[in-house]
Amino acid sequence: NVTTAYCNPKSGWEAKVVEFFKDRLKEKDAHTWVPSLNDVPLHYLKPNSLVKFRCLIQDMFDPEFFMGAYETVDPSTNVLRCGRYKDVTECGVDFNSRNTVTAERQTFYCVPIPGENPWVKEISSSSRVVPSTSYAPTRQKRSYEEDDMDDMDTQPQKQREPHSASQGHTEQHGNGDCKRQETEAPSSQTASASHLDLNFPLPGEKGPSCLVKVYEDWDSFKLNDTLEVFGILSVSPALSALADEKDASSSILDPTESMETAEEQRVHSPPASLVPRLHMLYARPLPHNNPLLPSATLEDNSAFLSSTLSEMASVRAELLTYLTHVLLGDALAAEYLILHLISNVYARRDVLPLGKFAMNLSGCPAAALYTQRFYQIIQQLVPSSFYLGMSLQNMNQMRLVPKKDYVANRLVSGALQLARNTFLFLDETHLEQGQLDTTGVRNVTALGNLISWQKVDYDFNYHQMEFPCNINVLIASEGRSLLPSDCQIHLQSQVSPPNMEEYLSNIQLHPQTSSQLNKFRIYLSVARQLDYSISDEMTKSVEDDFVDMRKDDPQSVSAEDLHRMLVVARLLSLSLGQTSLTRDSWLRAKHIDMLRRSRMEQHQCVNGNEP
Amino acid sequence: MSSPTSTPGRKRGRDGNPATREFCSTIPKMFLPNEVDMSSPLMYGTPSSRVEGTPRSSVRGTPARQRPDLGSVRKAPQVDLHSEPPSADGAVASEPNAGQRLVIWGTDVNVGTCKEKFQRFLQRFIDPTATEDENAGLDLNEPLYMQKLEEISVVGDPVLNVNCLQVQSFDAELYRQLICYPQEVIPTFDMAVNELFFERFPDSILEYQIQVRPYNALKTRNMRSLNPEDIDQLITISGMVIRTSQLIPEMQEAFFQCQVCAYSTRVEVDRGRIAEPAVCRHCNNTHSLALVHNRSAFSDKQMIKIQESPEDMPAGQTPHTTIVYAHNDLVDKVQPGDRINITGIYRAVPMRVSPIQSNVKSVYKTHIDAIHFRKTDEKRLHGLDEDAEQKLFTEDRVQTLKELAAKPDVYERLSSALAPSIYEHEDIKKGILLQLFGGTRKDFSQTGRGNFRAEVNILLCGDPGTSKSQLLQYVFNLVPRGQYTSGKGSSAVGLTAYVMKDPETRQLVLQTGALVLSDNGICCIDEFDKMSDSTRSVLHEVMEQQTLSIAKAGIICQLNARTAVLAAANPVESQWNPKKTTIENIQLPHTLLSRFDLIFLMLDPQDEAYDRRLAHHLVSLYYQSEEQIEEEFLDMAVLRDYIAYARTYINPRLSEEASQALIEAYVDMRKIGSGRGMVSAYPRQLESLIRLAEAHAKVRFSEKVETIDVEEAKRLHREALKQSATDPRTGFVDISILTTGMSATARKRKEEVAQALKKLIQAKGKTPAMKYQQLLDDLRGQSETAITKELFDEALRSLADEDYLTVTGKTVRLLA
Repeated sequence: NVTTAYCNPKSGWEAKVVEFFKDRLKEKDAHTWVPSLNDVPLHYLKPNSLVKFRCLIQDMFDPEFFMGAYETVDPSTNVLRCGRYKDVTECGVDFNSRNTVTAERQTFYCVPIPGENPWVKEISSSSRVVPSTSYAPTRQKRSYEEDDMDDMDTQPQKQREPHSASQGHTEQHGNGDCKRQETEAPSSQTASASHLDLNFPLPGEKGPSCLVKVYEDWDSFKLNDTLEVFGILSVSPALSALADEKDASSSILDPTESMETAEEQRVHSPPASLVPRLHMLYARPLPHNNPLLPSATLEDNSAFLSSTLSEMASVRAELLTYLTHVLLGDALAAEYLILHLISNVYARRDVLPLGKFAMNLSGCPAAALYTQRFYQIIQQLVPSSFYLGMSLQNMNQMRLVPKKDYVANRLVSGALQLARNTFLFLDETHLEQGQLDTTGVRNVTALGNLISWQKVDYDFNYHQMEFPCNINVLIASEGRSLLPSDCQIHLQSQVSPPNMEEYLSNIQLHPQTSSQLNKFRIYLSVARQLDYSISDEMTKSVEDDFVDMRKDDPQSVSAEDLHRMLVVARLLSLSLGQTSLTRDSWLRAKHIDMLRRSRMEQHQCVNGNEP
Repeated sequence: MSSPTSTPGRKRGRDGNPATREFCSTIPKMFLPNEVDMSSPLMYGTPSSRVEGTPRSSVRGTPARQRPDLGSVRKAPQVDLHSEPPSADGAVASEPNAGQRLVIWGTDVNVGTCKEKFQRFLQRFIDPTATEDENAGLDLNEPLYMQKLEEISVVGDPVLNVNCLQVQSFDAELYRQLICYPQEVIPTFDMAVNELFFERFPDSILEYQIQVRPYNALKTRNMRSLNPEDIDQLITISGMVIRTSQLIPEMQEAFFQCQVCAYSTRVEVDRGRIAEPAVCRHCNNTHSLALVHNRSAFSDKQMIKIQESPEDMPAGQTPHTTIVYAHNDLVDKVQPGDRINITGIYRAVPMRVSPIQSNVKSVYKTHIDAIHFRKTDEKRLHGLDEDAEQKLFTEDRVQTLKELAAKPDVYERLSSALAPSIYEHEDIKKGILLQLFGGTRKDFSQTGRGNFRAEVNILLCGDPGTSKSQLLQYVFNLVPRGQYTSGKGSSAVGLTAYVMKDPETRQLVLQTGALVLSDNGICCIDEFDKMSDSTRSVLHEVMEQQTLSIAKAGIICQLNARTAVLAAANPVESQWNPKKTTIENIQLPHTLLSRFDLIFLMLDPQDEAYDRRLAHHLVSLYYQSEEQIEEEFLDMAVLRDYIAYARTYINPRLSEEASQALIEAYVDMRKIGSGRGMVSAYPRQLESLIRLAEAHAKVRFSEKVETIDVEEAKRLHREALKQSATDPRTGFVDISILTTGMSATARKRKEEVAQALKKLIQAKGKTPAMKYQQLLDDLRGQSETAITKELFDEALRSLADEDYLTVTGKTVRLLA
């Protein structure tokens, strides 16, 4: 069993350790044997064992110096000990030893990927290979004892014996907490949030957050990166004891200790039972979080790629039919919706994000909560998504932009702190007349910036800092949206108003089998990741086309239109599984863009709306 | 004089000395404590000396003051457990006759040599690169620090700030020791200074002995580069204060009194702990000593949190913070929001899980003991920010930049590197490039004109969707101190400054707005036309005088706002009307427009060749791979460094030929107009030309403005004028469109109509009153050109101004 071999925390030396783990995890399916913090409750996991965690870097704390190696005071056990991958030292430390090595590590505060849809969680937890010693739900008490046994291996002398009773008690206590949280999730979540805000970007999120300790190369990680972290779990009760005893012990004699505010304490060293520590051995950046796709990158998995590519056109047709049905029989809107769902910022030229395709679906019927139902369907298709009802109250009260809290010294998350390729659904049909206050204006500006530049300006109080993002924004509105968008399409319902209610209630049923649903999911994720190129001849013909169009009527096509048409052409090709632009796709892109525009003009005439 | 209480501590220092540091002494033999000459000036700040005020050999009567900034020696984990300030215990005076080099325990510092060297530095150092304004009132040819000592004797402020760079240039070895062993070397410096000082000014009375505060340690590092090797070394880092704590009284020395016999004793606080004496030495009772709080000695302490400056941060990461402790008089020197350079000693302290348990969290807490603060924005308020702004460029970088500058086409290269995703508009990019470099700062305050504006202001106007906003965004991202606002969303207050009550202190504080924040940077204002008039009016002062005056809630002040403005405006009628003038198109007051050096039109040119190039550009933009992109254009980082370097180090001055060329250019510009009875240039245009020429010289890294610079400035200025100040009626360039809001032909026409009207009225004979409408009809009938109602009204008004007639309602009455 691979995992047990990993459990001994002293299996090797730094680089070698990391190498070893990397190699072992590369082995076929090895990573599925590692229990995941995402789906195994914390109290079922054995401390100091290898676990994995699928997460988003929500905040980066200051780097910390720790004892990379130290000697103990007691001369009988005087051996050099290693402080890596641990939070607490063993025995008394000899501070004056000349062998002490000070090393540096970085702490990231990680949360589960925000807005991850239930189906992703379900599938990824069921795909795990269950048997594993560290996962022993029936013998919870026993697992702790085992842990003790392990400890003995590493500690020749059982100094901790006298303490073990009390420690056991704390551990139990911690477990109890966890369990309660796990079982009666929604209610206890709010209760625990009051004393410890786990700082999830989106409201109503669950799951463990984690302090990930990074030992090397931490500059390569960026805020909001999604990772799968493999590391050693540390839930030492001593860490929580720290927080409790702090207040009692602080005195004038130790002013350094009282420097940190209570808030800061709470944030930076929360009880380990709630926020476990994870000492990172190795992290895999996640290009996507769709569990249906093989974990290796697409290039490495040509068999999978070619089989999906060959199916793409047919799956697309099926999906189109389904979405047409959902969008009240509007095939053009469905076509655009597919393009939107596979859009992706693939590059940035100075400030300009390329490939973004924010869509405004106007003309949504206000009746029967159509937008919500529509969102639920999308939720079934994309791995992570978030529904933001743009009601006045929401806009005025929600925290969209993350803000630095200097008292607690952390980045307080906001709803726009999302992982890449999250689907953000803005429901403007809820907007009513009224006044936006300062927060509201700021929130609307933030949404506008997000759509036009794909960036969010985080508020650092004294200054702002810009973080690029990659979020698919769809705005559902009745008229034209007040937010900018790359393309607006007006929904033309094929359903007559009297039948609307009935039609809508029928949509709710999922007409497909789950295998079909999975096909759609795979299709959308793969299409988004495909490479794309354009040949020289096509470049030439696109140029010619543009010049011709301008010749006829310079007002009709602007540079901006060309920008959009290029994106549409790209997405259209990708949606068909073609990795380079063909004449047909270009013409088709032109055609559907024309259809869309003529529809908008029509609609404008009817409506008399200003552009 | 040796106090008995200190002896055990000193012993511990010897026995248990772990010396994690390298032991550099050539002879590790240590003197026994009682062998150390206790009257040596090395007895730095010991309790006995302070209490009894025992005069020392050289330093008469002036008490030494503890330096908790260095003195908390005992906090360092791996530092030797000196119970005394380090110089006192392990240090041994050099013994020349023994021929052995004795050094402070754990270091390679020999106190005698070190002291001597520093005294030599103080006595001899003359700064070769000193400039007048930096050391106002000091004679540059005399030793700098001796003058400073003199100043101390006069002012009585016993602090000597020492620039480490100067130490380095004087004696590199001394500098190295200072950096590596600050807590040993700085007390030695103190000693040296005090000896020297009291030798020279034996009669001066100071509050306490002079303290040396080094600053500007060579590696002005950013916070990110701090690593375990820097522990216990002298470092200088820059950052922004984000939080300060309340004042914390820190016990330095505890006072114990025996409850039985009233015998008193003092115990120094060691690493935050007091070793409470268990037995009274006098009456031998156990546990009879009690702490007397108000006779214990405390020092002030304050925790300050600083955060990395946003400029130092790599993209996609959050800023780091560091804790700084300020001691004694450094407390309350800085406020949240200040940008400061801190020089101090980097410390690491182990954290205990709990006081009872022996297990330790294997993490250290780090902080900096501040020795010296230097506010960087304070200088910004007063004038040029020389070294505060100075980004440190590595040799290599400077070399690459210079190589780049030497290329003949550097100007074109840079301008094409600017916002490569935006197609063409070469001249606009060139204009913005010059704006990024800016002119040379000149100070004419002696002659009463104050500062000349060095910043170039640019207005872009044109059709919507011509990527104006994108250009603004790019500039905003490029410059370190840029602000981006939208005209629609900003108020006058948001642009300038506002007074608000601080929720914590309940004091009124001034919050600065975008214009002040972008001091020395660029303020990008989008949708300039959508700005309300009152908001725009605050720009008047900023754009010419470069200051902002505020008189609000009892706060009256003038802030610097030396910002270049890059604004973008849309035409009033969604599309640019080529038949109208710029003013008419964007409806901005001409008073504001004349403050822009360059006004560009960004129009959709609508011709085939252009379309083709545009299409090609866009398609390749979308489908070029990353590598190709990088090859083709200069890196944004290089561009940024290039600009920063030029802005800090290059200050071009006009050469003789260049000034001639400028004069000619100006005279030419005036001539164009004078032929047609128009004024086509004002002194403001000349100033613009000078600025542009200087900026162009900066692009070339040239210290001299030459004719080619003037040529380019002329060309660019002409281009901009051609675009924006062409009178649509005549096709001539007419600067008065921008300066007065009306073209000269229009003014002439108005004059003519007024004269015609006057003639008409005179021809009517003696009619005191006329109908307005009828007069208009008559005039229309008479004139061969169309007369609009506006034109007629204006004519009436000008006649009314002559006191010829008056208009009341619908009747026109003649006067006189």
